[in-house]
Amino acid sequence: MSDKPKLAFYWCASCGGCEESVVDLAEDILMVAGAVDIIFWPVAMDFKKNDVEAMEDGSIFAAMINGAIRTSEQEEMARLIRRKSKVVIAYGSCAHMGGIPSLANEFSREQIMEFMYQESPSVVNPEKIRPMLNFKHNSQNVNLPEIRNLVRTLDQVIDVDYYLPGCPPTPKLLKQAVLTLLSGEFPPKGTVLSPDEALCEECPRKESKPSDLSFKHFYRPHEVLLDKTKCLLSQGVVCMGPATRAGCEALCISGNMPCSGCFGPTSRVRDQGAKMLSSLCSNISENDEAGIDGVLDGIPDPVGTFYRYGLAASLLRKKITEDV
Amino acid sequence: MPDKKYEPKIVAFFCNWCTYTAADLAGVSRLKYAPNVKVIRIMCSGRVDPQFILQAFASGADGVLIGGCHPGDCHYSEGNYKMLRRFRLLKRMLHTLGIDDERFRLEWISASEGEKVKIVINDMVEKLKVLGPLSIPKQISVLDEELREITEEHAEPLTGREELSHV
Ligand code: SF4
Ligand code: SF4
Ligand code: FES
Repeated sequence: MSDKPKLAFYWCASCGGCEESVVDLAEDILMVAGAVDIIFWPVAMDFKKNDVEAMEDGSIFAAMINGAIRTSEQEEMARLIRRKSKVVIAYGSCAHMGGIPSLANEFSREQIMEFMYQESPSVVNPEKIRPMLNFKHNSQNVNLPEIRNLVRTLDQVIDVDYYLPGCPPTPKLLKQAVLTLLSGEFPPKGTVLSPDEALCEECPRKESKPSDLSFKHFYRPHEVLLDKTKCLLSQGVVCMGPATRAGCEALCISGNMPCSGCFGPTSRVRDQGAKMLSSLCSNISENDEAGIDGVLDGIPDPVGTFYRYGLAASLLRKKITEDV
Repeated sequence: MPDKKYEPKIVAFFCNWCTYTAADLAGVSRLKYAPNVKVIRIMCSGRVDPQFILQAFASGADGVLIGGCHPGDCHYSEGNYKMLRRFRLLKRMLHTLGIDDERFRLEWISASEGEKVKIVINDMVEKLKVLGPLSIPKQISVLDEELREITEEHAEPLTGREELSHV
């Protein structure tokens, strides 16, 4: 094998969109492929765990791991790849902050299993059979990975060097990240590889964002006809732009949809949801409880709205069960 | 069965101009209130970032109490209304996330209402005693035990990697 830097991609609890975003590099993928050797990429190339185990520790230059961590197998693979890699990048919202899969942290593992294997309307399972972790088949031991109690971010399981945010990250950011790493100029550990300012700063509708917002109603995008030119917050739609990191170049806003926060917070914010809640609520026009609650009725699911991509990375991380 | 010896931990954010002064007054007047509260003085209830509240719970508080000036009396005119608006949504969100309503409380207490400080704190302590400990850090560390299961030789140890060196 050549002595070009070795690159690995791996996926955990994710939808496949992050893999797609690598392919979306289009002709630039040739640039990447010319500069590095991709030595592990299960979605596209035939390599096995053994092949990775056989590599020397630290011999992979950079590994991009996407997806949240939900199973024992994902933990094991993430730790194996960590050992073999010089740089590990949490790729995409799920690895970065838990992503949409981490909304499952609103439920216990038992609640999820009960629904999936018993109560779901599409399931017929009178014997209440559940998957077993181990069983014997033709005198062979067969093992399944365990579903863990929590959905975790990648950095709650292994040490992470950098983060590429987004659901999924844009090809432009991926290309920049690869070029940065190849240049040998490593940014400080823990850097999120996207501009450290609010999305509003790069939003084409920024000029129409009022400095004194005052909310009388909140609307969900399907409830109103949205003006294609005006700031969405000024139209009463929850746009996470003020609490979200820039870097996507306001993709959703270009499609006349509000930002739902996939790039996570800037470095000055610890908890993206709390920050957004704070700034939205401060600008409600009412002063008494009943009036305030009336306006807030327009946000029926605050957890799903403010932590859509990051419940696992939030300060509370999960629904608290008071009986542990 | 709640533990008899259990003493709830409350983090209180008190506005400098009203509730903090009232708590002082309660002290000077020797009004006895339960010693379970860690008071943090802030310049206005409007300065309480919801992140502070979540951080308090995440660090092991059993309850969070916020004290501000009565409506119309805020020194910065709108601060207490801002807090009230955040409080209404945050309370609903905390409820969804399994944190009982009694654990999060907002009270308007003016500088002269030392007695009210005592009543509110004692009442909150009683209610939290009935609920028992919240112990979020302990809950997370119990769940994180499962991370120790994988011990195979290729697995990276869970902690202790060094900073990347710049080339
Ligand atoms: S709130 Fe949304 S629409 Fe308004 S400026 Fe910010 S990103 Fe753009
Ligand atoms: S606008 Fe918001 S949700 Fe849409 S891609 Fe950008 S950061 Fe993600
Ligand atoms: S100054 Fe007391 S609540 Fe604002």
